[in-house]
Amino acid sequence: MQPITIQHILLLSTALFFIGVYGLFTRRNMIAVLMSIELMLNSININFVAFNKYLYPENLDGIFFFLFVITIAAAEAAVAIAIIIHLYRYNKQIDVAETGEMKF
Amino acid sequence: METIIFYCIALFILITGILAVTARHIFRAAIWLLFALMGIAGLYFWMDLNFVAAVQIIIYVGGIVVLIIFSIFLTQQSGQKMAQASTKQTVFSMAAVVFGVAFIGSIITRFYFVESHNSMNTAVEHIGTQLMSVTQYGYALPFELVSILLLAAMIGSIVIAMKQKSEPKNN
Repeated sequence: MQPITIQHILLLSTALFFIGVYGLFTRRNMIAVLMSIELMLNSININFVAFNKYLYPENLDGIFFFLFVITIAAAEAAVAIAIIIHLYRYNKQIDVAETGEMKF
Repeated sequence: METIIFYCIALFILITGILAVTARHIFRAAIWLLFALMGIAGLYFWMDLNFVAAVQIIIYVGGIVVLIIFSIFLTQQSGQKMAQASTKQTVFSMAAVVFGVAFIGSIITRFYFVESHNSMNTAVEHIGTQLMSVTQYGYALPFELVSILLLAAMIGSIVIAMKQKSEPKNN
């Protein structure tokens, strides 16, 4: 068997990203959409770390980007869940298609 | 041996990821997402990046998934199945996904990556001093910006989710 190169890891993260895209397209529930977005962010983190490890191991930029992405993902999840809970209190469901009050 | 372990981890991540976006019960989807994130942490362990894997487990598995499960408890009736997407929607998103994977995959397999054979210093001490340094390759300014962003997000989510009083008091 051939040894694992960076291309295998990039293919894995591509597949994971598009699994997240599939969830984003087909889910109707807002929390499920948020979960798909978390999957996509994770696949991007794999990319950053793999580039850092296999291409430029002298510096640690990939790891720092991983840390910043994870922080921003946590902040995003907190704000999104606050919005979802407020929306649920307001009109008792969190379906993406049924929520049109703020549509311009 | 390393190759076999990588393929096992990759298969685990992909299967649990697919289940996380296709499961009909949202609670089960959240549990599958938990397993997918732990599989990604396993991938970081496979790459010998122990600090990164630990951060992944602490923040994602211990923080974000717990937050998602709490919000599921607050907003869903238990045992309720989610609405299924229409067949047309499923077919078209599947087509888009297959096209995307084929396109990006063909670019990745054709591109010639020049791999470096230096080893990476992943001691936590080194990561910490590099992250907080203000010299070249230091990340002190983004660190401070991200901390302000976290503070803003915390205040913002408290303000958004706060219960409004139904009628103002007359005093």
